[in-house]
Amino acid sequence: MSVAEQTQIPEKTIPGKRPPRRNRRWSGYRHLLMARMLELKREPEVVFWVFVFPLLLALGLGIAFRNKPAEASSVVIVSAGETREAEPLLQRSPQHALFKIDVLDADAARKGFRLGKYDLVIEPDAGGGLRYRYDPARPESVLARAEVDDALQAAAGRKDVVATSVVTSSEPGSRYIDFLIPGLLGMNLMNSGMWGIGFALVDMRQRKLLKRFVGTPMRRSDFLLALMSSRLVLMIIEIALLLTLGVIVFHMKVLGSLFSILLLGAAGALCFGGVGLVTASRAQKIESVSGLMNLVMMPMWIFSGVFFSYERFPAVIQPLIKALPLTALTDALRTSILEGTPLIHQWPRLLVMFLWGGISFALALRWFRWT
Amino acid sequence: MPVAIQCRDLRKTYDGKVEAVRGLNLEIQTGECFGLLGPNGAGKTTTIEILEGLLEPTSGEVSIFGHSWRENARQMREWLGISLQETRLSEKLSVRETVELFASFYREPRSSDEVLEQLQLTEKADAWVGKLSGGQRQRLAVATALVCNPKILFLDEPTTGLDPQSRRQLWGIIREFQRAGGTVLLTTHYMDEAERLCDRLAIVDHGQIIADGSPPDLIERLGGHHVVEFAVGARAVGNSDGASLEAWRGLPSVESVREEDGMVALSVKEPHLTIPALLEAVGKQGSELQHLTTRQASLEDVFVRLTGRHLREE
Repeated sequence: MSVAEQTQIPEKTIPGKRPPRRNRRWSGYRHLLMARMLELKREPEVVFWVFVFPLLLALGLGIAFRNKPAEASSVVIVSAGETREAEPLLQRSPQHALFKIDVLDADAARKGFRLGKYDLVIEPDAGGGLRYRYDPARPESVLARAEVDDALQAAAGRKDVVATSVVTSSEPGSRYIDFLIPGLLGMNLMNSGMWGIGFALVDMRQRKLLKRFVGTPMRRSDFLLALMSSRLVLMIIEIALLLTLGVIVFHMKVLGSLFSILLLGAAGALCFGGVGLVTASRAQKIESVSGLMNLVMMPMWIFSGVFFSYERFPAVIQPLIKALPLTALTDALRTSILEGTPLIHQWPRLLVMFLWGGISFALALRWFRWT
Repeated sequence: MPVAIQCRDLRKTYDGKVEAVRGLNLEIQTGECFGLLGPNGAGKTTTIEILEGLLEPTSGEVSIFGHSWRENARQMREWLGISLQETRLSEKLSVRETVELFASFYREPRSSDEVLEQLQLTEKADAWVGKLSGGQRQRLAVATALVCNPKILFLDEPTTGLDPQSRRQLWGIIREFQRAGGTVLLTTHYMDEAERLCDRLAIVDHGQIIADGSPPDLIERLGGHHVVEFAVGARAVGNSDGASLEAWRGLPSVESVREEDGMVALSVKEPHLTIPALLEAVGKQGSELQHLTTRQASLEDVFVRLTGRHLREE
């Protein structure tokens, strides 16, 4: 039917005091974004989980793993004729502050060692010398053996043939907290992206609010765009808070430019927004989407090296780990923040995030259920 | 007056099995208030959501002012104000923010303040939606529909669960909209609502229209003008067979007979002819009249006559 043939649409006038106003192209988008931000602001749980919780986590872990002075090695000497000399020798050595020494009979010494009370047992050797009993699987035991041997030999008059000296290093940039904060940033962007988008969508679908919106001339793309934009705004706040905490409390040094960090954050937020969107594209109930979300995020919690380096996983699965979006994001954030690596060298990680986000978004548009 | 809403042979089958709508035809004129009346599960909501363009029909044609959803959806949405059954709006937004949000989707919406005033929500404008009563929420739902300055208002069970005062308030708002030239399509399972509010009705059952017309017309055609209900002693009517029920049908001016809660209900055109004959017949049987009332026939009688069931029964 051509337009000319269509029925004349009757004019209806509501007696109004004010003339009708005109909305422009982006009025819907602006209002959707504003409504979203207001809702988030008025939801105390959201403020806690998105902003406060990561800060507490960083604080807690940062304090737990703060760099402490090296602990003294506990050494036990089995009392016997051959070992009588060992104690005074150790006490005289320049490193004596590093040792905590007990002298016990053989049974008590072995028992204490088995229970982990002692790192090293010094026993009499059949040949009249000393024998070290240590556990090669316990780093502190290995350390104690080396230190004790070194101290004993030196105190007994060994001459070192190479002149050496030492300098200690616990500079900001190489500590655990420096490793942790970018990891937490990445994980936080994943969590809040997935939940912020996925949960919100399924909730609105369950409440039939999506259906009600679709009943208006609202552009669907505006709706999704507003949801994504709200993520970007939150992302900026999340990054600012965590980095500020790192700098102020833990004296972290941020080497990368703020611009490149925010750009990586945006890539991460949008990537996980897309993944959240596709996860929530069909679910009708909060319960079912919660399960799905955990399923999607689980591998990344485990493998992506948020808390500990993923280098320890077998080499076979390293490529898989590196293909995960959270690995890409945390690696990118780490190198950018800690080493100041320029964005141009981050392209493989950006590509990983772009692919995950882009493919998810495309699938979400295909599968998305508005009603 | 041009046709506002039209649909032909509308069908909707869910998952290839459940036939929610089975061949439904409607033609609603501009300026009319049209009601879809029927029990829960009759297919009213499916029908109205297809007309609103929210559901795709399995087959059939829908046009709104001559436009089809397939060609012109965005433009058509500008004309429709919709209130779905049970939409839960965001609890943490205020009433005004909610109305403003919906207004922002339309090219030429009305002023939010004006709509809030019309729906008596001005006082609550800054209250969060979560704090509203049921009646206020329902009025807000209608406010989100009216703020777009619609030509057609779709209301799915607008007064379900509301107290009598809130219902009356909503009826007033709907009439006001209609007086200003608007077209209304509403679904309801309340007889009185349909009878008072609607210019025309379609009674829907099992996904089909089983009768349509204006409420007085439907009552006259199908309900009889009056209903005479009575019970006789001596033998319980509940045990009476069809033959004895049929005996009452022979009384003058009786159009139909049915039995309900142990009483006989006669649809009657002129009670002043029927009642004396009834008394005489009871006397002849030697039994005693235990109960006798007459009342105006209602839509409920129409529905029961057509389906043998009451509207509110599940």
